Amino acid sequence: MKMKFHYIILLALGTALMSCEKDNYEPPTSLLSGRVVYQGTPLNFEYDRVSYDLYQDGFGKTGPLGSTFTSEGAFSQLLFDGAYKMVIPGGQGPFVPLQTDAGTPDTIRISVNGNTTMDIEVTPYWMVRNTQLSAGGGQVTGTFALEKIITNANAKDVESVTLYVSKTLFANSQTNVATAVIEGGAITDVNNISLSATVPELVPAQNYVFASIGVKLAGVDDYIFSPTQKINL
Amino acid sequence: MKKIHFICFALLLSFGWGCESDSEFLDRKPAETLTTEQAFSDPNQVLSILANLYNRQFSVYRLNDWQTFADFNEVLVTADDNLTNRWHTNSTWPFNGINDYWFTWDYAYIRELNLFLERIATSTISEDLKATYAAEARFLRANYYFELAKLYGGVPIILESQTYDFSGDPSYLQVPRSTEAGIYDFIIKEAEELKSLLPVNPDGKSRASKGAALAMKAQAAVFAGSLAKYRATTPSVSLPGGEIGIPVDRATGYYETALGAAQEIISGSAGAYSLYLKIPTNLSENFAALFYDKNANPEVIYEEEYLLKFKTHGYTIVNQPRFGAEEEEGGALNPSLNLVQEFELLDNTFAPLPTVDANGNPIYYENQGDIFAGRDARLGGTVILPGSIFKSRPVDIWAGVQLADGEIISGSERGQLRELPGNPTPQQVVGFDGPIAATNQNALAGFYIRKYLDPAPGSGRRGTQSDVSRIRYRYAEILLIAAEAAFELGQPDVAAGYMNEVRARAGFTTPLTGADITFDRIVHERRVEFALEGQYFMDLKRFRIAHKIFDGSSMTLEGLRSGIGTATNRSTQPWALWPYKIYEPGSPNDGKWIYKEVLPSRVTGADNWQLGNYYSSINNDILNNNPKLVRQPLQ
Repeated sequence: MKMKFHYIILLALGTALMSCEKDNYEPPTSLLSGRVVYQGTPLNFEYDRVSYDLYQDGFGKTGPLGSTFTSEGAFSQLLFDGAYKMVIPGGQGPFVPLQTDAGTPDTIRISVNGNTTMDIEVTPYWMVRNTQLSAGGGQVTGTFALEKIITNANAKDVESVTLYVSKTLFANSQTNVATAVIEGGAITDVNNISLSATVPELVPAQNYVFASIGVKLAGVDDYIFSPTQKINL
Repeated sequence: MKKIHFICFALLLSFGWGCESDSEFLDRKPAETLTTEQAFSDPNQVLSILANLYNRQFSVYRLNDWQTFADFNEVLVTADDNLTNRWHTNSTWPFNGINDYWFTWDYAYIRELNLFLERIATSTISEDLKATYAAEARFLRANYYFELAKLYGGVPIILESQTYDFSGDPSYLQVPRSTEAGIYDFIIKEAEELKSLLPVNPDGKSRASKGAALAMKAQAAVFAGSLAKYRATTPSVSLPGGEIGIPVDRATGYYETALGAAQEIISGSAGAYSLYLKIPTNLSENFAALFYDKNANPEVIYEEEYLLKFKTHGYTIVNQPRFGAEEEEGGALNPSLNLVQEFELLDNTFAPLPTVDANGNPIYYENQGDIFAGRDARLGGTVILPGSIFKSRPVDIWAGVQLADGEIISGSERGQLRELPGNPTPQQVVGFDGPIAATNQNALAGFYIRKYLDPAPGSGRRGTQSDVSRIRYRYAEILLIAAEAAFELGQPDVAAGYMNEVRARAGFTTPLTGADITFDRIVHERRVEFALEGQYFMDLKRFRIAHKIFDGSSMTLEGLRSGIGTATNRSTQPWALWPYKIYEPGSPNDGKWIYKEVLPSRVTGADNWQLGNYYSSINNDILNNNPKLVRQPLQ
């Protein structure tokens, strides 16, 4: 009996000692974050649509850490300190692709050392300006202007403009309860566009909605959005 | 005393075994594997290797993987599992399709085809067999490159078995992508050479023949022609090196090649192929029979063969009408109203299905099938309509009973009985085949699939399954390729002639004239003739119309009813057509049928085709292994 007791003590002691050894890596702690901006103004996209790739060289195969920008155009990654490369693949985003002269996506070099904040400056084809969203009579009305930023050979035409009304902060083509569309050809004055959508019965009932304006450009997949606003009905 | 006996016996045994020489023991030939020389010295062995290569040919659409037939919004997917639930709730597709269905990168298969070609050259079987088998392997190789081209554009063309020399530098094995024009040129050239090497054999459907080679040539050429012509619609979908994007000035040449190859088949030089017309009295049944009749079917040029007991599939099991089915299973894919209404009226015009009159009042039908009367006979051959018959059993598709005040009474299980006002005896209030709202695996779109469903007994049973073969090339497609190529070459009358042959088999009596042939007509004819066969996927891509059809906007009822027959008509959500029985005792409408268009509750997304979806993605693993590959555009 005494023998057994000794064994148990020995076993417990061994386990305790062995377990103290560090058998895992520290998790990454440096937060890389930033936003996509144009002249300091953050751009707004559709949630989970505009993607970016993050590479780190020197560890064998070079597969990207991929993710997408949020609807506020922000990105964030918890990383180890080191040198990273960020690439926005061609065709992503409603802005002029960041490209080298050879036409391949340009690389943004990032050195992560502790929490790092970095904004990415891009040039969108169009911007939504002076957005005023209001509610009244069961309707949400959006009044806004469109500004053409790119006017050279790379200019894109507006295909359609949509007012999205949603129950949540995600007011876009994937989640909405009401929309109002105007085709690009029907716009007479880009400085003064007005769209109204009737809010349907909300289940469960809520006395507020969220709304945003999305602009679809011909030949560009991703929409450019106005900031989403909360409107009390 | 006894012990000595044992010892002697043991010694004797060890001497007996020990005498065999060690080298002989180690050199013993394995009984279960054949050496390359052995395998290639016997015609039957070579044939079995070739059979293995046939068995592994790839197609995006596979009958033994029924989900691959879930063709965008031509069908409503009503199965209930984690995979299929994503079909109508997501709005975008991954670049490799849902569940990687648009992915294949099987260079191991190409290597084995190349090895087969190298080894058969030194084989000791008869020269005739060698030539034929080698030609068949080349056909399979070109066929696989064609599948790669459809998904990826230009890919590395490797025509010899590569071997690594362990020098530490694999760069000599890394082949860059060909241009998109280059891969189609390769397929066309191979097919052109193969047509004289392969036998004229219109009866052997599952082996490569002259007809199959010419069909591949015609299809590859017409795809290349349209890719060259319509890429201008989406200029950003291209690569500077030409891996994606065929120069527009090559379109005419490709169309001429396609027309020539199609006409070679039509002239009969590859054997006697013709449109299937064994049941001229019932053109709908005839059209359905085209897909299940394996007995001297004159329309089939090349097929992926299934055979009972050897290679079977459960396409019939998962898609059969539920009531009285051989298994308690079926209805996984329903053709949508979007597809059904595309079938023309017999006067060559387009119209939505008449559910309401000009004033918006419902139209009452005496029989369930009346609403579909006077339409393209292919409709009944492609879709099991309410009021029609499958496996000699009428299908029972209706969603509920409508009372005089408009109230609807329905059930929550198939064929449920309930009491109706003024009648104490419970009555059936919903069809035994569905649709039951918010359930799965029944006629939730109001229809079941007919095409490729096997009427043979046992086909709907898991123990037996079906051996209906998947047709890869059929004569109607050759006619429509000829029509498309002739139209693009500015010969609309010739195009009308070919198209009218196909349409006459569908019951149209007024031929189209050259002036009627437009781009929309060409696209539409292919959409209905080849509905749920797989051609739709490539047509969406090569005509560059997918991003207009799936523009991410949800559909309204007015939008659904308009624009039928237009190539770029929006189809972002699959709609359903539900029949209701009228219950108004004493009224002339009692017992009649009305129809309502419904957006099924499981459809929550509106499909949005990204420009990057036009080509499948070459993933990071592949790119890492071969740095000479370039990334796909917009991905």
